[in-house]
Amino acid sequence: MNENLQHRIRARILKLLHFVTLFIAMAIICVPGLWVVLNSFRPTVEIMAKPPVWIPGDLNLDNYRAMFGAAGEGGVPVVQYFTNSLIISVTSTLIAILVGMAGGYAFARYRFKGKASIFIGLMLTRAVPGVSLSLPLFIVMAKTGLIDTHLGLILVYVALNVPFTIWLIDGFFRQVPVDLAEAAEIDGCTRWQAFWKVEFPVARAGVASAGIFAFLTSWNEYALASQLTRSTFSKTMPVGLRDFTSEFTINWGGMCALAVLMIIPALILTFLVQKHLIAGLTFGGVKG
Amino acid sequence: MAQVHLRDVVKKYGSLQVVHGINLEIEDNEFVVLVGPSGCGKSTTLRMIAGLEAISGGEVTIGDRVVNDLPPRHRNISMVFQNYALYPHMTVRENLGFSLKIAKQPQATIDKVVDEAAQILSLSEYMDRKPGALSGGQRQRVAMGRAIVRHPEVFLFDEPLSNLDAKLRTQMRTEIKKLHQKVKSTIVYVTHDQVEAMTLADRIVIMRDGHIEQVGSPLEVFETPANTFVATFIGSPPMNLLAGQITGGQIAIDGGPKITVPDQFAGKVAEGQKVELGFRADNLMPKGYAMPMEGGFTEFEMTVNLSEPLGTETLLFSSLAGKEIQAKMLNPRPVADGERLPFQLDLTRCHLFDADSQQSLR
Repeated sequence: MNENLQHRIRARILKLLHFVTLFIAMAIICVPGLWVVLNSFRPTVEIMAKPPVWIPGDLNLDNYRAMFGAAGEGGVPVVQYFTNSLIISVTSTLIAILVGMAGGYAFARYRFKGKASIFIGLMLTRAVPGVSLSLPLFIVMAKTGLIDTHLGLILVYVALNVPFTIWLIDGFFRQVPVDLAEAAEIDGCTRWQAFWKVEFPVARAGVASAGIFAFLTSWNEYALASQLTRSTFSKTMPVGLRDFTSEFTINWGGMCALAVLMIIPALILTFLVQKHLIAGLTFGGVKG
Repeated sequence: MAQVHLRDVVKKYGSLQVVHGINLEIEDNEFVVLVGPSGCGKSTTLRMIAGLEAISGGEVTIGDRVVNDLPPRHRNISMVFQNYALYPHMTVRENLGFSLKIAKQPQATIDKVVDEAAQILSLSEYMDRKPGALSGGQRQRVAMGRAIVRHPEVFLFDEPLSNLDAKLRTQMRTEIKKLHQKVKSTIVYVTHDQVEAMTLADRIVIMRDGHIEQVGSPLEVFETPANTFVATFIGSPPMNLLAGQITGGQIAIDGGPKITVPDQFAGKVAEGQKVELGFRADNLMPKGYAMPMEGGFTEFEMTVNLSEPLGTETLLFSSLAGKEIQAKMLNPRPVADGERLPFQLDLTRCHLFDADSQQSLR
């Protein structure tokens, strides 16, 4: 009896500890994000205050107003940057997904010469730090006239993302039993139909997650974009953040406001696709 | 409906040959079971008929068409897979109607045929569930339903029951047999379970290492096995085999008793020939607990090492000439381990195999 009580109390305390630890961990993860959102709504004085002002006293939309305002009054071409980012990220993601699906499927389903070495080679490209490529890329882009164009960045991001999408999609197709495609072929499908009507829908969750990762990589990438874009016509939003720094001052409020605008589409996309991610693979079709 | 003919069919993976030129004629409406231990090439053979596996040599015909290079969709066949292979993202209804939809049948026809199939397999209540929400037996039925909606010329079954538990397996076995009676068509069925083979088949094809060992009706292969492999593979418990030599018109079991050559083999053995004597547990019984022996029989004593009571009979494990021998006891009484009993062996039911070729001397 006494022993039971002890164990029950111990279980309660452990549970409480779990919650506290989780809360602290989540707080550490979330605070920077919250800080960015908070700063976008308050004046520089409050942002720079020491000790920090945790409970905001004066919330307003001044930073946003200024950002969308005229160039002389702290305005930046937000809409243009947003469009650039969107064009570059969406296009590069689509291409990376298509290539990733073709490649991932091939790696998952077919045997061919040098398969292992090609796969390892692809993964090794991820081991090269992106920044170290910036100078060679800059020279190549400059010579080919792709510098400061959408196409230039799209190519770079496709190259960055393809190894990753292939790897991820390969893993998902591996989990789709070969029997499904065979059953579809017996049911009258061509190889092509079997892929699109059966294998692709089953592995859709994998393709969706690869898509999110590829999109976020291109959307958030700063180092290479800052080298390869020069003008308003090709600068992406992360590069646009630099517009808020001048020789002697940094407009933290404006920078945070633009950062919030950057975060929103990424959040929306993640929420839209997460259903697929969580719904995941339901392999009821096969004995599991 | 159609017959399936295999002529010298060979399958090679690179330099590795797994099916060695098999010949088989499957008649219209016949239920043929390919059976054998794993790795004997039975599934590969089935997959070659299905078109899922390329044929390395020989010829496969379905009906009067040579189908060697036709893709599966042009062979007019259906297949039920071992792990069901249901489409997990579709409901039962969509799974059943998938092939008709691919064939661009009008929706009204699809609905009619699908409902009919659901009726036959009593799936009507589950039509809007996804495969994930079905039990093993229900999934199995959906897989069968998906096969029958196409009204194929040939049904192919690849170990369809091996993922089910024992009770359900027996039940589905009966359903498959009923299905065959109902939809009358040619069925090729692969299994490693000899009970399934015996109960379902019109004809059994026993395979080993890519060769056909024997083809025949269930009773034929049970009663007149062509060689020791078939003898031990078909029937449970497996047939007892004892090595011996023909000496003085008798079989001298190595290190055991001398046994008269059964009448059916008289004149088919030569003096000094090395043989294997085969008999099933059903034909070796303790005296007083045996079937009446009408023809010739012989008697010898053995010590019982272990007994397994099965209710109406008890399985006895004894040893003779250093080999474990299984016998049956009818109307059993409890038997103590180590008890010595006189046994009667029914000679009319014995088999003799040549020790070198392992072939029956019948």
